[in-house]
Amino acid sequence: MSLIHASAAQLLTQLESGEITSVELTKACLAQIDVADKQVGAFLKVMSESALEQAESVDTRRKKGEKLGRLAGVPVAIKDLLCTKGETTTCASKMLENFVPPYDATVIAKLKAADAVLIGKTNMDEFAMGGSTENSALGVTRNPWDLKCVPGGSSGGAAACLAASMAPLSIGTDTGGSIRQPASFCGVVGLKPTYGVVSRFGLIAFASSLDQIGPMARTAEDAAILLEAIAGYDPHDSTSANVKTPAYSQSVKQPLKGLRLGVVKEHFGDGLDSEVEQATREAINVYKSLGATVTDVSLPHSKYGIAVYYIIAPSEASSNLARFDGAHYGHRTNEAAMLEQLAQERAALEAAGDEVGLAKLDTSLVRMYRQSRAEGFGPEVKRRIMLGTYTLSAGYYDAYYLKALKVRRLIRQDYDAAFKDVDLVIGPTAPTPSFAAGTKTDDPLSMYLGDLYTVTANLAGIGGISIPCGFSKAGLPIGLQLQGPPLAEERLLQAAHMFQTATDWHQRRPELS
Amino acid sequence: MSESLYEIVIGLEVHVQLATQTKLFCRCSTQYGAPPNTQTCPVCLAMPGSLPVMNRTAFQLGLKTACALNLQIPNFTKWDRKNYYYPDLPKGYQISQYDLPMSQDGFLLITDPKGQFEPRKVGIIRAHLEEDAGKSMHDEAAGKADSRIDLNRTGTPLLEIVSEPDMRSPLEAKAYLTELKLILEYLGVSDCNMQEGSLRVDANVNLHLQTPEGKVATPIVEIKNMNSFRAVERAIAFEAERQYEVWLETKQKIGDVAKQTRGWDDQAQVTRAQRYKEESSDYRYFPEPDLAPVTTTDEEIAAVKAELGELPRQIRDRLEAQYKIPAYDADVIVNQGQTTVNYYETLAKNSGDGKLASNWVQQEVLRVLKERSLEIDAFPISTERLAELVKAVAGKEIDGTRAKDVFAEMLDSGKSAPEVMKEMGIEKVDDSELENLCRELLEANPKVLADLKEGTHKAVGALIGQAKKKNPNIDPGTFRQMCIDMSAKM
Ligand SMILES: [Zn+2]
Repeated sequence: MSLIHASAAQLLTQLESGEITSVELTKACLAQIDVADKQVGAFLKVMSESALEQAESVDTRRKKGEKLGRLAGVPVAIKDLLCTKGETTTCASKMLENFVPPYDATVIAKLKAADAVLIGKTNMDEFAMGGSTENSALGVTRNPWDLKCVPGGSSGGAAACLAASMAPLSIGTDTGGSIRQPASFCGVVGLKPTYGVVSRFGLIAFASSLDQIGPMARTAEDAAILLEAIAGYDPHDSTSANVKTPAYSQSVKQPLKGLRLGVVKEHFGDGLDSEVEQATREAINVYKSLGATVTDVSLPHSKYGIAVYYIIAPSEASSNLARFDGAHYGHRTNEAAMLEQLAQERAALEAAGDEVGLAKLDTSLVRMYRQSRAEGFGPEVKRRIMLGTYTLSAGYYDAYYLKALKVRRLIRQDYDAAFKDVDLVIGPTAPTPSFAAGTKTDDPLSMYLGDLYTVTANLAGIGGISIPCGFSKAGLPIGLQLQGPPLAEERLLQAAHMFQTATDWHQRRPELS
Repeated sequence: MSESLYEIVIGLEVHVQLATQTKLFCRCSTQYGAPPNTQTCPVCLAMPGSLPVMNRTAFQLGLKTACALNLQIPNFTKWDRKNYYYPDLPKGYQISQYDLPMSQDGFLLITDPKGQFEPRKVGIIRAHLEEDAGKSMHDEAAGKADSRIDLNRTGTPLLEIVSEPDMRSPLEAKAYLTELKLILEYLGVSDCNMQEGSLRVDANVNLHLQTPEGKVATPIVEIKNMNSFRAVERAIAFEAERQYEVWLETKQKIGDVAKQTRGWDDQAQVTRAQRYKEESSDYRYFPEPDLAPVTTTDEEIAAVKAELGELPRQIRDRLEAQYKIPAYDADVIVNQGQTTVNYYETLAKNSGDGKLASNWVQQEVLRVLKERSLEIDAFPISTERLAELVKAVAGKEIDGTRAKDVFAEMLDSGKSAPEVMKEMGIEKVDDSELENLCRELLEANPKVLADLKEGTHKAVGALIGQAKKKNPNIDPGTFRQMCIDMSAKM
């Protein structure tokens, strides 16, 4: 098998034995990016130079017999909303197009400490808001399985670069399904860990109480290896879970005996594509054949998941994104032009003797804020800022935000009840396979519904994983989702690996011309 | 005076910078006066992706203060975001506490030993923690409209202490602030430096008036920009008069107009309306998702209470009882701070005369400190040495006037009281010598003797001067009494 298609586990063995060097591997990935990314557009920035430097350094130190990190020499792609010291970190937004963070996110620091090779920054929906990566202000990413289709989102570039064999490992983030849904669309593995398992320090926040960083890979075993490198308590993140990180890379290969799976009734209702349903049912049968017991479970409040999510996430976002005001960093409107415009408006109002108009006229500070934000943010980001500002406003807070928090608790209670009887719940990751670009951009609601099965895990703070479980007739991948109780990442990865020992969906690669 | 025409109703909001080494949510220094923007990091600059981590010391200082102000402390408190845009607030929100503050429902007792107002228990609604904003410096000279921002202060821990509208005069407001500041200083939770902004006061003021239609209240006005307690006192007095004038003119009652914010102009000694925007009042508070709620056990609260130590009011009561000094004396000493209390107590114990020690501290020690702009720790005469002098005065070895000369010499020369007294030839006159002098003078002044026999004691005054000429060491008091006693037997 060629280097670019190999799993990280295989590559680590080959690197360790000296069979290959990190420079060879990195060059192979860069060559594939060179060829494939013209079509796919997974990367916003390819860090060829620094990646090769890191690879060389790893090779040199390996030759000297130095002790190396657990990802030594393996390329990892980074979703472009993790702060990377000295490298632009854009969130796929005009607002941060030229923003260079002065510090590393904890996950980046951990990857560096693990001697991973940071190969590039991947495209995403602007500020992680979207499900198709079409909301990126800085580039278009296509689904490697069908270039007319979207890669999913918001971690679309992160998923697409794996499917197109441009990198063996990739870091994504998931606020309502942003790791799992693109993993499903691109036929790769994506794990959203329990809230708090991976530090959020340095992750540019969309919705703080829902955001979680997670590993994306082509196999469950690789996801386990990557999670082990990035997980762990971080004193810089007050919401980080103070628990010992399990040896995911070791336990992942142990099959689960007597696995009890719960089929979520509510995930097989209206809106579920029949091909997705069929693939999911067949996947459940695979588990049965592997000795799992399968029962039906109900998550009665999951039907409110989307509604609750689209109150809580925009509320937090409206506040999190307030810092992008042009005053301290990021995009600022052309001040000279702005001041001139303001002076003209003032003169016109004065000439007309319009006292009311004059009283309402922006101060230069307010105009700077308005104009910088109007120019810097795309339409979906603006839509969510407006939604969140509205739901937090005096008089609406109780009816929306507070109510949403209450339902959020009920959603968690549904899961707690379900996990008394089953070890994991199982169902489709997304209602449909990928869709053609441009078909949903004018209909945000239908786009939002794509998060139907994933969003409840974020609201409940639990982990979920998407693994490839089939293809549509049109040749698009279909994803299977498993969700577990809090801190059950080992179980999720083990169950995913079991499935991959019995199936080969994850080994298929798209044909890129 | 219009005082009888209305009652002033005052509530105070005090922001206190807590004396931590580092900021509330990052580890940057809180040291005052560093070059602009040198005490910053990704967290307090609100760099994307940065996250706050609570400084537990700040929380402890808050707990300490809350205990001292008799506030109730819940076992669970949380953080909230207060959203508004301003360049000195780089996150676009301030981390504060909204519906579940760390403490609520306490009080502070204020009294005036001069009796200018009745003792009053001022209710405290709440005290909560929040982070400070940065500083904006506006240079609007010559149409430049240049603004500069210093973010060194951003994230400094503040405790906001909100009183009930329980004060009824500018004097009471000043007493509340003085006592509050004293408590904060005794606790060591803040340096309370108003010039450096460690203590900031906003006042909510309105009037209650008796009218033929019954009692009415005028609209509440919030006064800002007061840089000293004196300014607070004057601003409230000015505002009361102004509101009364406005009332006479407009008859506007509370609720008729929106709450107004006025700034105190110390130069002109007036309050002025500040630019007000209705829409800025919706802060869209919601729970801060980046921070975990804070829990405090009953044991922790009990431990904080146990370690509080004596508070100013308790020290005043104790000094009064232990050293038999008037309330006024105890007040003056305690208001000087813990070091002065310690100085006084050592002096009182070593000299054996609490009242005399109190007089000496108030009249001489504090005067010299003021003249020389010294802190009590730097006072040149140790308590042991001053005690020798006070003891000599108490034992009538030296009279008060001459003792002051000795004191002055001790201050300049650094010599002890016995040394100075010896140099000045001061020694106690023994009783037989004093009796002889007394008899001699009475015999030489038959008119005085006759007056004394008739009970006109003030006549003895004429003899004291003569006696002092003959022997400067005599104690005038003892000599006087002896003359009176002796005259009766002559
Ligand atoms: Zn800082």
